[in-house]
Amino acid sequence: MPVVGLIRRGAYVDSVALMLVQREARAAPGVEEAGCVMATEANKALLRAAGLDFPDLATAGPDDLVLVARAATEDAARAAIALAEEALARRRQAAAPGYRPRTVASAVRQLPEATLALISVPGRFARGPAQEALDAGLHVLLFSDNVPLADEIALKARAAARGLLCMGPDCGTAIVGGAALGFANRVRRGTIGLVGAAGTGLQEVTSLIHRFGGGITHAIGTGGRDLSVAVGGVTMLQGLRALVLDPATEVIVLVGKPPAPEVAATLLAAARACGKPVVVCFVGAPVEAGGGVQNATTLEEAARLAVRRATGADPGGLGLRALPAQEAARLQPEQRYVRGLYAGGTLCYEALVLLRGHVGPVASNTPLVPEEQLDPPTRSRGHTVVDMGADEFTQGRLHPMLDPTLRLQRLQQEAADPETAVVLFDVVLGYGAHPDPAGALVPVVRALRAQGAGRSVCLVASVCGTDDDPQDAAAQRAALVDAGVLVEDSNARAVRLAGLIAEARGSRGAPWSRTPIAPAEAPPPWPDVSAVRRLLQAPPAVINVGLELFAESLQEQGVPVVSVDWQPPAGGKKHLLDLLDKLEA
Amino acid sequence: MDIAAANQEALRRLLAAQPVLVGTARARDVIPGMHDRLVLHAGPPITWDRASGPLRGAVIGGLLFEGLARTEEEAVRLVEQGEVVLEPTHHHAAVGPMAGVTTASMVVYVVENRATGTRAYCNLNEGYGKVLRYGAYSEEVLARLRWMNDVLGPAVGAALERMGGLDMKALIARQLTMGDEGHNRNVAGSALFGRLLAPHLARVGLPPDALEQVLRYFADNDLAVLNPVMAACKATADAAHGIPGSTVVTCMARNGTDFGIRVSGLGDRWFTAPAEVPVGLYFPGFAADDANPDIGDSTITETVGIGAFAMAAAPAIVKFVGGTPREAMDATLEMYEITVGENPAFGLPPLDFRGTPTGIDVRKVVRTGITPRINTGIAHRRPGIGQIGAGLVRPPMACFERALEALATALGR
Repeated sequence: MPVVGLIRRGAYVDSVALMLVQREARAAPGVEEAGCVMATEANKALLRAAGLDFPDLATAGPDDLVLVARAATEDAARAAIALAEEALARRRQAAAPGYRPRTVASAVRQLPEATLALISVPGRFARGPAQEALDAGLHVLLFSDNVPLADEIALKARAAARGLLCMGPDCGTAIVGGAALGFANRVRRGTIGLVGAAGTGLQEVTSLIHRFGGGITHAIGTGGRDLSVAVGGVTMLQGLRALVLDPATEVIVLVGKPPAPEVAATLLAAARACGKPVVVCFVGAPVEAGGGVQNATTLEEAARLAVRRATGADPGGLGLRALPAQEAARLQPEQRYVRGLYAGGTLCYEALVLLRGHVGPVASNTPLVPEEQLDPPTRSRGHTVVDMGADEFTQGRLHPMLDPTLRLQRLQQEAADPETAVVLFDVVLGYGAHPDPAGALVPVVRALRAQGAGRSVCLVASVCGTDDDPQDAAAQRAALVDAGVLVEDSNARAVRLAGLIAEARGSRGAPWSRTPIAPAEAPPPWPDVSAVRRLLQAPPAVINVGLELFAESLQEQGVPVVSVDWQPPAGGKKHLLDLLDKLEA
Repeated sequence: MDIAAANQEALRRLLAAQPVLVGTARARDVIPGMHDRLVLHAGPPITWDRASGPLRGAVIGGLLFEGLARTEEEAVRLVEQGEVVLEPTHHHAAVGPMAGVTTASMVVYVVENRATGTRAYCNLNEGYGKVLRYGAYSEEVLARLRWMNDVLGPAVGAALERMGGLDMKALIARQLTMGDEGHNRNVAGSALFGRLLAPHLARVGLPPDALEQVLRYFADNDLAVLNPVMAACKATADAAHGIPGSTVVTCMARNGTDFGIRVSGLGDRWFTAPAEVPVGLYFPGFAADDANPDIGDSTITETVGIGAFAMAAAPAIVKFVGGTPREAMDATLEMYEITVGENPAFGLPPLDFRGTPTGIDVRKVVRTGITPRINTGIAHRRPGIGQIGAGLVRPPMACFERALEALATALGR
């Protein structure tokens, strides 16, 4: 079949917009396969694997846009490309009628009341716009991942010197002044404030707080590396201080994957000295309770403790819905293993920690200990939990929270494995996420059931989100239950159910026990957060640089937003960028 | 020197300029380094063998006009044998539209920057049709030049003397509020120019026929003011040149083959790349195939923040590219992204009198990938035919990339 390709040099379009355009091109008459991507090496490899190679493809670089289609006739392929171009132009027009600023500075001129920049450009380019935003007096939420560590340290120092927050890099989630930024859920306003070095960790805790009848003031994301020795918890300490001084916040929750011990000790000392009750949930790394600090073992427990502190009443239990022994009894003798397929990174980590208590060592692409590394990450062995949002799965494609395709394939692969007893997964809702993840899962789940023929696999899931989310958690749960998925009320519970089923099939646990982290002798000096306090007083006005999706979700929330028409600086030419950096240092 | 401080100084000098049109004079009497065997041309330096059709035609015309050659062949031989030299106008404090050819006996406008006491020069505008600046050199063209030299130039000079000079900054500011951008559209500016001169022209002792011809020149030529505006811009830009560490562009010019820029902190070096063909509308009977690559010093207007940079003031121009008035606004808004500051003296009514974007920063151009916008005329690629359209063009990015590399070297970074 003829393949027709088109390269638009130096034309950057974000990956989400491209995915939507690609979908349109694929649906064009006579088209067998179509690709609309930036020509990174990974994407070019994917195009070739999909039979979408064309003579000029090799000449395209990471900052060039490629539109390619394979169709019954050359005309049909050309028509599909024309359609894609038109769709791109239409999206652009719809996104912002009128002048689209090209720099943060000129965006601020268009939105003088702006307080925050949400930046989601490719990580190697993130420092420029982040620096520009900080220099313009804006707080930054840096969504981008793959930002060099040195850039992160420099940005956070620059931010701290100006009393500004630099949330991230790799900060997927925040709720500031009632506005959900990045991937975040729609939760009730209340009295609980959070700081989290864990995106889906924040989503799970905020959603469960909402579910338990509580509400939140703010959820400040820090990015995962904030709690490393190199970065030193700068943002978490700023966030903690700001919430301490925020009159609306009565209870504080700190969330993260295991921090560097010395950073954790310092933060713990600060938490103890802060004067407000603090619930700490460093998943898999307990802290010593005392001095107003409570330790939570799971994200669900963190939400429960926080709501209890805030309301004085226990929110009551979420019961385990399914009967593990009964589920296990339906399985064949060789069906012994749990296979976890996660979209959320923190949820995945929590699953690794909790599942270990039921089944012992768990293989993973993000293992608790190096010996349990899953290699290759595409093939499970024994008990396996995979973070499908990790780099190796998202190179050249969208995160599973946005595009379920790869996870659905893996779901089929796991279900077909005769040793699989349980497939465990998360469904993450909220702003920025797929509009109907359950809807995408259900046909696959039904197909699996239909071809089961005497052998069944337990499908266990939790839905992270609220009934107020755009996707409506209740409806998502109902759709999954209807298709035969065992849906639990939290990730911790879903993992527990999976673990108990495995135990009933003969697995034995090896608890992940760690000595609780003790506080440092003296708390660190508090940073000046007066500018952060001003940020928290009202919903932000946002300069969006990168994914249009985030601007759209802010518009839906009624948050003023101006999008920068971002293009890779210096046309992506590395040596010119280096010169510019030197000339602007 | 700190780049930011150096650029602020460059901006300060651009904004502080007070260009005053003080008179007219023979090129050989006023232009520094001018001599009888020197032909000035627009844009960066170029050798005869690389010169485009319109530039060649204009050089030939200039030599015929001077009487240095009697035929086209003779003129070519003079240049080829090195008996006359070609040098850029910009090397002599001058500018010229399109081919920019200026020879020793031509009358030129003299503009003085009262903030610095320095002067800049520009030849007189010939009007439309077959003209030297587009490479035409027929007897009709030469006769027109002689009339300009013998009648128009001295008359305007005398009128200016009676007026005590004409404040070009005020004139540009007014034309921007009247629908001109000062480069491609000068209808209002030329009307103002003629109106200001008229009462004085009436008193400089011209016979009625000559006076009528001079007044008709202003009545018919919508571009009459372009040349003194260009000289005013040149006097302004030169004031900002030569500041160590400054990354501000002080010259953009094209010779019909190459586009060249100069940068304040980089001395007299040119950074060049092949000039592109403008995108625009063609007069009946012509098409893009006929077009010469971009030519002329008139980009000096954009260099100091008018022309395409002031596009918001002149929405009528977007018809050249089939655009909408909204796009005229966007053109100016885009230029703020690459400039150091704004010129409050040139307020743009549609943008709530925001000043024009001023002081192109090489670094911003390279970083954003936004090259300056330029409004321009389009010349036929063959000599002697003249203007065939008008449109929009941008300089090649390579000029700015090369300047950036030179800056990094010069500043030892």
